[in-house]
Amino acid sequence: MAKSNEPIWWSLFSAGGVVAAFLIPITLLLTGFAVPFGWITAEGLRELVVNNLLVKLYLFVIISLPLFHWAHRFRYVAVDLGVKGVGGLLAVLCYGAAIVGTVTAAVFLAQL
Amino acid sequence: MADEAAPTKSKEYIRPMPANWWLKKRTYFLFMVRELTCVFVGGYALYLLVLIAQAGNETAFATLVSHPLCVLLQLVALPMVLYHSITWFNLTPKVMVVWRGEERVSPVLIAGSNYVAWLIASAVVAWFVLG
Repeated sequence: MAKSNEPIWWSLFSAGGVVAAFLIPITLLLTGFAVPFGWITAEGLRELVVNNLLVKLYLFVIISLPLFHWAHRFRYVAVDLGVKGVGGLLAVLCYGAAIVGTVTAAVFLAQL
Repeated sequence: MADEAAPTKSKEYIRPMPANWWLKKRTYFLFMVRELTCVFVGGYALYLLVLIAQAGNETAFATLVSHPLCVLLQLVALPMVLYHSITWFNLTPKVMVVWRGEERVSPVLIAGSNYVAWLIASAVVAWFVLG
């Protein structure tokens, strides 16, 4: 049987799906509405991001894995929507973007 | 021509699929909405990337988190990420079939425990940030 990378991408897709399902809604509520509604000050939120190692780790996970979730699902939904003949290129672009995003997140968080 | 050189080789039939096939049935449409939630999940991850890029600068960060466009985009993304959560939790018992002895653990119980865990996780995160 030909060797396939599929199990790796599927695992990352699945892990990203779990992380996104459990954590994105509440995180989005906090980043989207907490400051405008006055639940927390912008500076209070910023200090959490900058000073707390646990928050940094949380942000890394919630950026990286959902990007892989997107990459895997998007490459197949594009085909369902009629994108033809560029499957290989599309896969490289999607997973590549997720990898670049992961590295960028790590660099940004390490610099804070 | 290739067709004449290999007359016995039959041409592969590719069933035409119109690009709007998913608009033809409600279940197809809901499937497509579920798959497209990934765009909002990925988009939000991208926004978080911008957020941490600005976190070193007090003014830039404050401007970003209260910018009307950012609030609006997240308002639009909210129902889509919620739809991702709901469809994901509801699929769990189908992917993960659990047996207790001879008895299959009720799919409702598995999905239900996901919802409870979701609530607890959300409460913990909210408490951590706002508490």
